[in-house]
Amino acid sequence: MCDTCGCNITDGNRHLVSPGGRLSQTDDGRAAVTVLKSLLDENDHQALHNRGHFDARGILAVNLMSSPGAGKTALLEATIDALGDPARMVVIEGDLETENDAARIRAKGVQAVQIATGSACHLDAHMVHDALHRLDLEGVDLVFIENVGNLVCPASFDLGQHLNVTLLSVTEGDDKPAKYPVMFRAADLMLLTKTDLLAVLDDFDPLKAEQALRLVGSAAPVLHAAARKGTGIDQWIAWIEGELEAQRARIGAGTTRRPAVQSDGARLHAPQTVGVSHDHSHDHSHGHSHGHSHGHSHDHSHDHAAGAKR
Amino acid sequence: MHELSVCQALVQQLEAVSASNGGGAVELVRLRIGPLSGVEAPLLQRAFPLAAAGTVADGAELVIGVADLVVHCNDCGARSDALPNRMLCGACNSFRVRMVSGDEMLLESVELATPAAAPAEML
Repeated sequence: MCDTCGCNITDGNRHLVSPGGRLSQTDDGRAAVTVLKSLLDENDHQALHNRGHFDARGILAVNLMSSPGAGKTALLEATIDALGDPARMVVIEGDLETENDAARIRAKGVQAVQIATGSACHLDAHMVHDALHRLDLEGVDLVFIENVGNLVCPASFDLGQHLNVTLLSVTEGDDKPAKYPVMFRAADLMLLTKTDLLAVLDDFDPLKAEQALRLVGSAAPVLHAAARKGTGIDQWIAWIEGELEAQRARIGAGTTRRPAVQSDGARLHAPQTVGVSHDHSHDHSHGHSHGHSHGHSHDHSHDHAAGAKR
Repeated sequence: MHELSVCQALVQQLEAVSASNGGGAVELVRLRIGPLSGVEAPLLQRAFPLAAAGTVADGAELVIGVADLVVHCNDCGARSDALPNRMLCGACNSFRVRMVSGDEMLLESVELATPAAAPAEML
């Protein structure tokens, strides 16, 4: 996080910052050091570095999150078919064990690196960084990160991606956003999957799922898809292509964006209104920087969805 | 259950804080955790001694303050308390809100043991 501008000082902790300086003495003679850093400062720093790698190469990085079995790999297979050029994208797969998902992606002619996390329930920025070194990114403009199937832990770790897509299969409950608010708040797009099954499932209401998403304070767009049937893939690809355009514009302007997960600092600097472009002018790119730690960004992911998209 | 990873990251920071402030043992750690941070205070409490074992923070006391969940309404400007799955403006029910407080996962401060002679020169 940022140590210089005080952007990590929120209403929740402002009272702790005393004017007497960082170091003072407690009654029992201890040295008290005020730190005010995110517990995941090290991860966030690596994520910043990863994002810098992506931006320097003109790549858009998309993190896919969902329960196990919601159809992330099937969506990627359909995406490869729809994009038509396997060289455009690479995939980083995260699972506890096996190379199965990476093998499915490779069978389509797309480079894929499998991260076997062992028993870890999420990917972190360091794992993604190691995976990036095992990929040839020449000519690639899309990196998909298929996170470990889990609606809890992945939401807490910035990987350096630009966008989070949270998949919700219609075989799950339409109240999932209410049950997993941290995960669904992190979504820049909620994608309902396996929607071909809606015809035989009378207990999943897509409207209720969308309302539950709004109730956790998210304005993210909602798309429907059935990857195995090819339904809805056009709209998904259109969204991806739109975001690729937005990424090219950001790179042209020397800016970047973080996904919907926001740091304290980003929140503090957030504008008071919605409906503005997410590429607004005071957006800063710190991706190149190693000498200091700016874990924040001034990007506001909810705004673009509330504006033009829907 | 990623609280252990979070505690391991915390211990790395504690090592760094100690090293840059005289190297004393970490005796007390204050965190601030929000209800939407994605981590649970009781699980952090249980994971911390495991992560801290054998480090400069071995045996340190962990004090976790829980942040309130507060939203600012982008439509009407009101500020209100919220629930994790009901992040609506308390005044006008809009979902176009900005979280003011609630997803903190912060290391606020650290208290280090100081050698008897050190305090005066450290200030």
